[in-house]
Amino acid sequence: MNDKILIHVEGLQKEFAGGEVKALQNIDADIHSGEVVVVIGPSGSGKSTFLRCLNLLEVPTAGSIYFNDVDITDKSVDINLHRRKMGMVFQHFNLFPHMTILGNMTLAPIKLLGKSKTEAEAKAMELLKRVGLADRANAYPSQLSGGQKQRIAIVRALCMEPEVMLFDEPTSALDPEMVGEVLEVMKELAHEGMTMVVVTHEMGFAREVGDRVIFMADGMIVEEGTPEEIFSTPKQQRTKEFLAKVL
Amino acid sequence: MVEALESLWADLAADFYTCFIEKNRWKYLTSGLSNTLLITFFALLIGVVIGIVIAIVRSTYVKNYKEMKPGLGKKCLAVANWFCGVYLTVIRGTPVVVQLMIIYYCIFVSSNNGILIGAVSFGINSGAYVAEIFRSGIMSIDNGQFEAGRSLGFNYVQTLRYIVLPQAFKNVLPTLANEFIVLLKETSVAGYVAVRDLTKGGDIIRGATYQTFMPLLAVAAIYLALVMFFTRLVNILERRLRAGER
Ligand SMILES: Nc1ncnc2c1ncn2[C@@H]1O[C@H](COP(=O)(O)OP(=O)(O)OP(=O)(O)O)[C@@H](O)[C@H]1O
Ligand SMILES: [Mg+2]
Repeated sequence: MNDKILIHVEGLQKEFAGGEVKALQNIDADIHSGEVVVVIGPSGSGKSTFLRCLNLLEVPTAGSIYFNDVDITDKSVDINLHRRKMGMVFQHFNLFPHMTILGNMTLAPIKLLGKSKTEAEAKAMELLKRVGLADRANAYPSQLSGGQKQRIAIVRALCMEPEVMLFDEPTSALDPEMVGEVLEVMKELAHEGMTMVVVTHEMGFAREVGDRVIFMADGMIVEEGTPEEIFSTPKQQRTKEFLAKVL
Repeated sequence: MVEALESLWADLAADFYTCFIEKNRWKYLTSGLSNTLLITFFALLIGVVIGIVIAIVRSTYVKNYKEMKPGLGKKCLAVANWFCGVYLTVIRGTPVVVQLMIIYYCIFVSSNNGILIGAVSFGINSGAYVAEIFRSGIMSIDNGQFEAGRSLGFNYVQTLRYIVLPQAFKNVLPTLANEFIVLLKETSVAGYVAVRDLTKGGDIIRGATYQTFMPLLAVAAIYLALVMFFTRLVNILERRLRAGER
């Protein structure tokens, strides 16, 4: 971790249904380069919405998000260029079912970065080897287990060489015995210095890998700090109640 | 009794001879059939092109309009979407025969290329229905596919092209093939504007021989055989596609 602020969030608000649902209320946050930030909180607290606002999959109602000092909520910014640098991993993997694993991984590098097929495939194979799935390169997503799919989803995003990786409950849709293999890949990524924002219910992962934990409730950041601070000496009543339930 | 049957048989044989053999009248049916198939094929081709364009415009408007930057592109999309709406309303709100006659008498005034007129008329008509097929095909693709594409940095149209449309196309293929069968029967009104399709072929024989039963029965039998044949093909296609799924 260093002191460079990669993502700076200022006064972020998000409303749904014409203002009836206030999913996010006045969020301020900084994500430093190389930092692993874990977002926890009860269901409906706005964790996913927060994460999806970071790459503008949800368009904020108000507030600014600076990525590398550029305000990406500015209408004149081409968000597609910035998204290339922000990998995202979804709860339900969202692999492209009509393409092989290699096809999934090389589509964006070829079409968006102008890489040659050979170049993109070499990079993809290297990543596949690292997650132990090189032998599945020509399989289709439907032929993989959930854990394998999620590992592929992670390396698909890595093929774009992103500066930050956003994870939205990457292990929630997995059978328990497959959670470990995905967390292992994420852990490795963290050790390599990848900047990560992870929404998860895996408190073990938060404690072990997280540099900082953000606890959200009712669309607000209630408390944040090191894992030690949040898990061992939480200050807010809401945090204590939540942790009592999940730990 | 036997005599009556024999004379009935002889009558039928004579009718058959007048209708189909004499003066090579069967050729009206075969050339009509080939025209019908050509018109249907090219009409569906035109319909698919129109349909894909409209489906893209309309689904882009629904899914992407709000997040587009203000500017020329956004205005163009709004205008295009409006035109597509008008097109769909008009085409689906008027009888195909009337559309055919308008195109024949008002637009292709100097042309008597029946296949061209038929293909264009039925193509424009079928475009409206194919558009709906594609639109629901696009809408049926899980939103996660759009999000995965967008999160990698693809813009909306690229996401459609590389990720959503290939899947949607596969999903709608059986419905599209059914549209071909519907169109095949629908083109039977082409004779209204002197296009010599299969139905018109039978009608010409009827006019020349004053026989009604045999020519029309033959026409009906050919349509039925075609429809049954293509329906079978669609079923096989459907089964193949389903077998290839997850
Ligand atoms: N597209 C949407 N339309 C309307 N309301 C929405 C939409 N997305 C989220 N919400 C609402 O916004 C609030 C925050 O939702 P969000 O999905 O961010 O919560 P979460 O913390 O990720 O919950 P979970 O742990 O269940 O995933 C909820 O009240 C939810 O119902
Ligand atoms: Mg969520």
